[in-house]
Amino acid sequence: MLLIGFGNPGRLDDGLGPALAAAVEALAIPGVTVDSDYQLTVEHAELAARHAAVIFADAAAAGPTPFAFERVEPSAGEVEFSSHSVSPAGVLALARDLFDAQPEGWLLAIRGEAFDDFEERLSDAARRNLAAALAFVETWLRAGGASYFQGLEKSS
Amino acid sequence: MATETAERKPTAKRIVIEPVTRVEGHGKVTILLDEQERVRQARLHIVEFRGFERYIRGRPYWEAPVLVQRLCGICPVSHHLAAAKAMDQVVGVDTLPPTAEKMRRLMHYGQMLQSHALHFFHLVSPDLLFGFDADPAIRNIVGVARKFPDLAVQGVMLRKYGQEIIKATAGKKIHGTGAIPGGINKNLSIAERDGFLKDLDQILAWSRGALKIARDYTMEHLKDLADFGSFESNHLSLIRADGAMDLYHGGLRAVGARGGKIFDHVDYRNYLDYIAEEVKPWSYMKFPFIKSLGPEKGWYRVGPLARLNTADFIDTPEAEAARKEFMALTKGKPNNVTMAYHWARMIELLHAAEKIRDLLHDADLQGTELRARGERRPVGIGLIEAPRGTLFHHYEVDENDQIARCNLIVSTTNNNTPMNRAVEKVAHDYLEGVQITEGLLNRIEVAIRAYDPCLSCATHAMGRMPLEVEIVGADGAVRARGGKGLYV
Repeated sequence: MLLIGFGNPGRLDDGLGPALAAAVEALAIPGVTVDSDYQLTVEHAELAARHAAVIFADAAAAGPTPFAFERVEPSAGEVEFSSHSVSPAGVLALARDLFDAQPEGWLLAIRGEAFDDFEERLSDAARRNLAAALAFVETWLRAGGASYFQGLEKSS
Repeated sequence: MATETAERKPTAKRIVIEPVTRVEGHGKVTILLDEQERVRQARLHIVEFRGFERYIRGRPYWEAPVLVQRLCGICPVSHHLAAAKAMDQVVGVDTLPPTAEKMRRLMHYGQMLQSHALHFFHLVSPDLLFGFDADPAIRNIVGVARKFPDLAVQGVMLRKYGQEIIKATAGKKIHGTGAIPGGINKNLSIAERDGFLKDLDQILAWSRGALKIARDYTMEHLKDLADFGSFESNHLSLIRADGAMDLYHGGLRAVGARGGKIFDHVDYRNYLDYIAEEVKPWSYMKFPFIKSLGPEKGWYRVGPLARLNTADFIDTPEAEAARKEFMALTKGKPNNVTMAYHWARMIELLHAAEKIRDLLHDADLQGTELRARGERRPVGIGLIEAPRGTLFHHYEVDENDQIARCNLIVSTTNNNTPMNRAVEKVAHDYLEGVQITEGLLNRIEVAIRAYDPCLSCATHAMGRMPLEVEIVGADGAVRARGGKGLYV
């Protein structure tokens, strides 16, 4: 499995993705590859294509607190208004179309509060949300990914 | 958002397109109409975050090469190297050890390769391969991937190769630490070198292929492209002492639209004697110009097209052959065709690949003298030819080793007036009535994109950038509005 944390750590809570990536890398979970970058770009499709599942971890300026975790399907439409960066769905679409690979995609959107300065630190709220996201994703990764949810169904 | 000029002239009609899609960050286009509903002026508004120059004040000077990477996730290497060059001066170093300079150059050419490849294959090739009026649903990189998969893979792998070079020279992908005041903090191991050499022939072959696409497209469509968003302008870049294109270091050269030299081999530490910035009330971004010509006639272009126009030659054989063909088109005079940026950019892509080859075969990269030292100075000014054009970093450092003042002129700011001119030309040629047609939007984007602007001083967090289109009548009322969400 692959986890890509993306964002600019020099822009406050925009660094949530790389912060999560660093924390997961420190856990050294067997079978888990970790990468981080300022943004997703086309070459992440080649990396994604070499894995069975990919978690895209990013800061979210809106949405659920502390985080949202949801499936991402490949979508060419997601790059309709593309810029230098590509969306998670766009990365999956490129992995499919260029490298004939269909990794399972997940988006981990960690809620941030502060984005408009050049400090390299997370807000208090972002740190709390990061801790919650890390606890979840560690369990998820150690359970082997999607089978985490199967385990939940059995226990319920 | 009302513009000042429009408020002063209530009879003017405004068409507002906000933000510009498919280029980085926040941008908005306002087309001002006269009473006959003809285009009076077009303006590209870019929300440039100027807070950085304030933020860096008080920081230790040696942190600058790392801190400046917070500015931008698109071209952090350019800021990293420009700041390091400025700090070389602050620590009193005018000449780096060969290993340090060549490692920095390798980093820079890796950046040039990946940036130009990403721009051409990802952002530009859909326009060229499918046409400006193609359905946006296919006019994107995924559309290219489906119809031209080999080409799309080449773009991905070129980008990846450049990124790996950056990682090997800068230390890591995010907030690299490779360049330090007075030198570099690592050399290139034999294993790293051999890893890059293994794929080099393929990288060169793909670079030649990309150049051929850009060259052939321009030649085949020259009749249509020659006038598209085009205008005469001055051109500015760094230039090596012997007149060669040099993307890492040199003196400043400016040439006029017909090729006459405005100034040449200017020590860039004296840039304030030659370049000034004009402030306009309707734009956050300044408008640089050549002082001796004034703001009306002194604005200039930077980037690949300007660099081809200023250079006497290129010091790598294949790129030089391509440069000669490029310049022959205008009989050796500057090429002022906006869409020729793409051809020029791919000549530089091949040049970067050739320079990477030459550097990888240079044993200095395995040298161990990594840093020079000198007497502390109060001022450091570093310029570099970033992928998008000349980048200025200027710092004053106080007696406590803290940065007291910082001034940056980024590449996109240098191209501010030309991008406005390009948008205005397109608006003149393609606006019909007060309708924002898909064709007009596409052509505005194509014209701006030729400059590869990087407006990403905004954070990219998800869900922050709605696309809104407004048409505002002479009475100030919104006559039409549209929009959709997008990622940036």
